[in-house]
Amino acid sequence: MPAEAILEVRDLVKHYPLTRGIVLKKQVGAVKAVDGVSFDLRKGETLGIVGESGCGKSTVARTLVGLERPTAGAIRYHGEDIAKLSGRALKAVRRNIQMVFQDPYTSLNPRMTVGDIIGEPYDIHPEVAPKGDRRRRVQELLDVVGLNPEYVNRYPHQFSGGQRQRIGIARGLALRPEIIVADEPVSALDVSVQAQVVNLLERLQDEFDLSYVFIAHDLSVVRHISDRVAVMYLGRIVETGTEDEIYGHPTHPYTQALLSAVPVPDPEAREHRERILLAGDVPSPADPPSGCRFRTRCWKAQPVCAEVVPPLAVPEWFAGAAGPAHPSACHFAEERHVVPSE
Amino acid sequence: MATATTPEPAPDPGTPAPALLDVRDLYVEFRTRDGLAQAVNGVSYRVDAGETLAVLGESGSGKSVTAQAIMGILDSPPGFVTGGEVLFRGRDLLKATPEERRKVRGARMAMIFQDALSSLNPVLSVGAQLGEMYEVHQGMKRKDARAKAVELMDRVKIPAARSRVGDYPHQFSGGMRQRIMIAMALALEPDLIIADEPTTALDVTVQAQVMDLLADLQREYDMGLILITHDLGVVADVADRIAVMYAGRIVETAPIHDLYKSPAHPYTRGLLDSIPRLDQKGQELYAIKGLPPSLTAIPPGCPFHPRCPRARDVCTTDRPPLYDVAPGRSSACHFWEETVRDEEPPHAR
Repeated sequence: MPAEAILEVRDLVKHYPLTRGIVLKKQVGAVKAVDGVSFDLRKGETLGIVGESGCGKSTVARTLVGLERPTAGAIRYHGEDIAKLSGRALKAVRRNIQMVFQDPYTSLNPRMTVGDIIGEPYDIHPEVAPKGDRRRRVQELLDVVGLNPEYVNRYPHQFSGGQRQRIGIARGLALRPEIIVADEPVSALDVSVQAQVVNLLERLQDEFDLSYVFIAHDLSVVRHISDRVAVMYLGRIVETGTEDEIYGHPTHPYTQALLSAVPVPDPEAREHRERILLAGDVPSPADPPSGCRFRTRCWKAQPVCAEVVPPLAVPEWFAGAAGPAHPSACHFAEERHVVPSE
Repeated sequence: MATATTPEPAPDPGTPAPALLDVRDLYVEFRTRDGLAQAVNGVSYRVDAGETLAVLGESGSGKSVTAQAIMGILDSPPGFVTGGEVLFRGRDLLKATPEERRKVRGARMAMIFQDALSSLNPVLSVGAQLGEMYEVHQGMKRKDARAKAVELMDRVKIPAARSRVGDYPHQFSGGMRQRIMIAMALALEPDLIIADEPTTALDVTVQAQVMDLLADLQREYDMGLILITHDLGVVADVADRIAVMYAGRIVETAPIHDLYKSPAHPYTRGLLDSIPRLDQKGQELYAIKGLPPSLTAIPPGCPFHPRCPRARDVCTTDRPPLYDVAPGRSSACHFWEETVRDEEPPHAR
């Protein structure tokens, strides 16, 4: 059943140096935004990456599309490591990996018309669309994302938030990419508009055979749209599996706490829901805890958690069992139901 | 005490005590360059002590503007209250002098804002900002006020309050800043707290901590709480009653269980159907078609009719009043009966 992996990320690391001194800059440390992340993206699937602010999920997105250079690690697109490419070869690869941004208000240039915004990718990759053909293509794209093709000469401020996000999606589609990296694409939108955009993304995936990396903090949206899910905490993936494995059979304490904290729109669930309340805040990524990074907030932490980094692997007791076995980076991984089932 | 200067009207024997807060037929408009924006159009709701009322709506529904009008912090101009009453323990605040309102604000009713970082003063320590409440309202000495500030920070469970009282807002995390906002609102032990999207900017694990804290404190002090939010999940977790707003009007009010079980307005129904659920892997989401109306051009008749699957001719001409659905329930839909029974609308979705 698993399709071929079109994107393989291996031990991805992105550190931002912390320096002291103005003339003689000295590196005094590093913000370890992403610290050893590996995953595969298969053809036609949606990989959801969830985590709280500061967990490194957006940095992963930016390295995938080449907005940031990784400090170490490999990003292989059809077997070729794009982290090592430059110049023309990199440009060619980038055509196939496009991005949709979170904020539809700041990610569109207010002084460009919608037609220019969506058509701009063709200036960089003129081989995709010959000059005379561009206007028609832009109008087609507007139609595809559910906007009136006659709006090509309007400016972003003439559109609502949801419509602007559609413009951002049309721009992402312009080069007919294989992969779209969407960083919180619906979190700035109102509830009723959010559903429209989620449905649009799903329709486009079928229509254009796209693979998505869908990054969000909203666990309900991620469950809805994803085939597989990776949960991140402080620069690392702590648990990964199919949508059902993560939501129905979580084994990492952080995943369990995260899921149990999501408010469910059902007042009946209020009484009989078990909530895991975490103490304190996420530690600074400049100075992460030794061993397991979650141990400072974990109710299961033992001395071993401070010394040994738990590998992201299928727990032994789990591996033999058929069904929901999946990797979890915890020394004491244990299944626990936290999401009320229907 | 500042509270001593605002005497209660003597309770009238025979009639029930007035509600803690009773908003009646409130109208607010904004006079802007682009025309007249009718932000609030006849909103009425009441809150009693110890009760949590959730006001649910999308951006532009008028939920925050209503709260600003109640608190008396509306930007004016361009905003103007053009009608209605805001009865606080039976006394109309809209008729009070600015000086009287200022005394009520903070001491008797307080507000918690969404964005704690921009609501706190960045150049004053949190201790100074918390203590200021006591210095201004109660004439307390600075040293005593500082001691009270530490006490407050303890109460909202900020670790090591004594050593952090001199820290500045930027030195706290988002969750801790929101706790400081809550502490500030609680300082003078008000009767009513209005929380405007108090957890929207927070991560989900921190959001749960803050909502729990707020609910505990409300119970402890027996306060009325108005929770303004767009999140149906947060509402289900804490509210007793809910008022759904659309285009500056209340379209449905109901006790919390009834609303989720059998919404009486198509807009509420649409909202409930359009949210992805954590506990189920859904098929295609139901999406309410179209966009919320511009407040400068609210459609005639029922403002929701252009987006409504049940809309018929009468909806385009006659504005539906708030029909009584059941005791404590009302809906501004001509066809609330079929909506409650969830019959297929005339032209199915």
